[in-house]
Amino acid sequence: MGRYSNSEKKGEAKRKRKRGRWRKSDTELSFMALPTVVWFLAFSYLPFMGILLAFKEFKHMPGHNFLGSILLSEWVGLDNFRYFFMSDNMLMLLRNTVCYSAVFLILGTVIPVTFALIIQEIHSRWKAKAYQTMMFLPRFLSWVIVAYFTYALLQPDKGLVNQILALFGKEKVMWYSEPAFWPFFLVAMNVWKGTGNGMVIYLAAIAGIDQELYDAASVDGASKFQQAIHVTLPCIRVTIIILFILSVGSLFRSDFGLFYQVTQGLPSALNKVASTFDTYIYLAMYKGSLSMGRQSAASVFQSVTSTVLILATNWIVSKIDDDSRLL
Amino acid sequence: MKENRPYSGKKFNQIGHATNILFNIILLTFALLCALPVVYIFIISISSESSLRQYGYRIIPESLSMDAYRFLWNERSQIFRSLFNSVTVTVSGTLLGLSLTTLMGYVLSRHEYRLNGFLTWLVFIPMMFSGGMVASYVINRNLYHLSNTLWVIILTMACSPFNITICTTFFKTTIPEGIVESAKIEGAGHFYIFVKVVLPIAKPLLATIGLFLCFEYWNEWSTSMLYINKKELYTLQAMLNGILANIEFIASNPQMLVSNAQYVKSMPSESMRMAIVMVIVIPICCVYPFFQKYFVGGMTIGAVKG
Repeated sequence: MGRYSNSEKKGEAKRKRKRGRWRKSDTELSFMALPTVVWFLAFSYLPFMGILLAFKEFKHMPGHNFLGSILLSEWVGLDNFRYFFMSDNMLMLLRNTVCYSAVFLILGTVIPVTFALIIQEIHSRWKAKAYQTMMFLPRFLSWVIVAYFTYALLQPDKGLVNQILALFGKEKVMWYSEPAFWPFFLVAMNVWKGTGNGMVIYLAAIAGIDQELYDAASVDGASKFQQAIHVTLPCIRVTIIILFILSVGSLFRSDFGLFYQVTQGLPSALNKVASTFDTYIYLAMYKGSLSMGRQSAASVFQSVTSTVLILATNWIVSKIDDDSRLL
Repeated sequence: MKENRPYSGKKFNQIGHATNILFNIILLTFALLCALPVVYIFIISISSESSLRQYGYRIIPESLSMDAYRFLWNERSQIFRSLFNSVTVTVSGTLLGLSLTTLMGYVLSRHEYRLNGFLTWLVFIPMMFSGGMVASYVINRNLYHLSNTLWVIILTMACSPFNITICTTFFKTTIPEGIVESAKIEGAGHFYIFVKVVLPIAKPLLATIGLFLCFEYWNEWSTSMLYINKKELYTLQAMLNGILANIEFIASNPQMLVSNAQYVKSMPSESMRMAIVMVIVIPICCVYPFFQKYFVGGMTIGAVKG
C-alpha cells in the first residue's frame, strides 16, 4: 500500500497538500477502509470479468473455476454485440428503456420540485408533516407489494376499476392484456412511488436557504410566486442538477421491479410496451435462454452508455454553470 | 435537529387563503392516493371469501371474516420461518452495511490520508460502471457458493457508493476539524476517534442510512428469486412473490386443482395473499413515521455536493 499509482498522484496534486512520509495514521486508516475495499473488490470489481465475457464465447472448462474458464474461452470479437444489436427486439427494448427513463426523469424532477414548493407554503405545520408522512410511504414498499395494490385495482373480475366501470354500465376491460393502457399505468406507478422521496430531498435543500432572501424579496414587493421562481428555484438549482445528472446516467437502465412485478410477471401481451433491457437480461438469466456472452454484451452496453452520458452531461453542465457539476 | 423553517407559522409573507385551500386539496389528494391502498388491501384481507367471489374487491365488503388470518396461523410454521429469515437478513444486513459504509465514509473524509484519491475513485467507479448481472450471478453462485444461503442477500446489498458518498459529505461538513485534531494530539487513534467522537455526532446520519438499509433488506425479493429456491430460506417477500406465481400456476391448469388436496381448495387464497401483504406492510407503517425527523435531516446532507 506504500506505492503510489498515477491516479493517487493526480488526486494529491489536485488537493495541493504537501507530500509527506507514510505515517502511522495512514496505516490505521487503511485498516479501517480494508473491509469495505474487500467488499468492493469481491462484489463490484471481480464481476468486471463480465466485460471480458462479452467478447468471448463462454465454455465451461473442466478443472477450472468460472474465472479460469472465462480466460480460457475463445475470443469472438464483437459477435455478441452484433447479435444483440441485430436482434428484432433491440429497437423495441431501446425505445421502451429510453422513453420510459426520459419520461420518469422529467416527471421525477418537475413533480417533486412542484410539491416541495407547494408544501412549504401551506399555513398549517402539522398538516404539512402529515401529508409528507403519507407521501413518503410508497418509498418503503417493494414492487411486489405495489404489484398487489395494482392487482386489487385492475383484476378483471374483482378489481375496483372494473367495478366502477360496471357502475356506469361500461364493459369490463381485461387490463392485463391491453397493452395500450400500460405506458400510462407504468408512468403513474413510478410517479406514485417516487414523488414523496424526491419531495423530501428538495424540501431538505429548501430548508437550507437563508430566510433573509425571502424577507428582502417580500419587502421589494415580490409575490409568493415570484419568490418561488426567483429565490427558491435558483437556490436549489445545484441539488436539482446533480440529481438530474445522476438520472441521465441511468437513461439506458430501468427498474426491473416496476416492469416485472407491476405487470404481474410481464405477460406476453404486454411484452411490447413493458419490456426493457433489464427485464430482458434478468429474464434471460432466470430462464437461461440466452448465452452468457450475449447477456454480458447487453450489460456492457448499458454500462458504457451510462458512463458516457454522465460524463457528457457533466461536461455540458460545467460549461453552463461550473458550480453545479458533479465531478 | 435544526428547526425546519419551511413550516414555521410566520404571519407575513404568506400565501393567500384561497391558494392555501387549493394547495391543501392538491396535497391531500396525493397523500391519500399514497396511503389509502394500504387500507384497501387491509379491507380485502378481512373480507370473507364468498363476498370476494361474488362481489369482487369491495371498499365496503358484504361480510367480514378472519379466515385469511386463521389460515395464516395454520401455516404459521412457514410464516414464522419466513418472518425469522426476513428479520435475520434485515438486522444483520443493516449492521454490516452501516459498519462498512460509515468506516469508509470516515476514511474518505480524512483529506490528509495518503490513499484518499485512490479510494475515492475505487468507490466512485461502480456508481457508473458494472460488470453486469450475469457475471455477478455466476461469481456469487460458483465462486463464493452463496446460492441457497441467506448470506447472498446480506452480503451483496451491504454497500453502495451512493451511501458512502453521503457519509463522506456528512463527516466533511459536520465534524469539526478541531475535535479530531485535539483527540489526535492527546494520542487517540483514528478508530478510537471514529467510535468515541465521530459516531455520537453522526446519529442523524446513522438513523437515515440505517433506516434506508433496513427497508431495502426488508423489501428484498429479486435476489431471493435468483439465488434461493429452498422454501425454508424464503423471506416474507420471496414467499409473497412465490405465492403469486403459484396461484397463477394453479389457475391456468384446471387439472391441477382436481389433483390438489381439498385443503388448498378451501384456502381463502385471495384474502390470504392480501393478509401476507399486511404482515409485511404493518411493521413498515409502524416504524418509519418515528424516524422521519431524522431522515429529513439526513437527506439534507445527501443533497449537498460530494
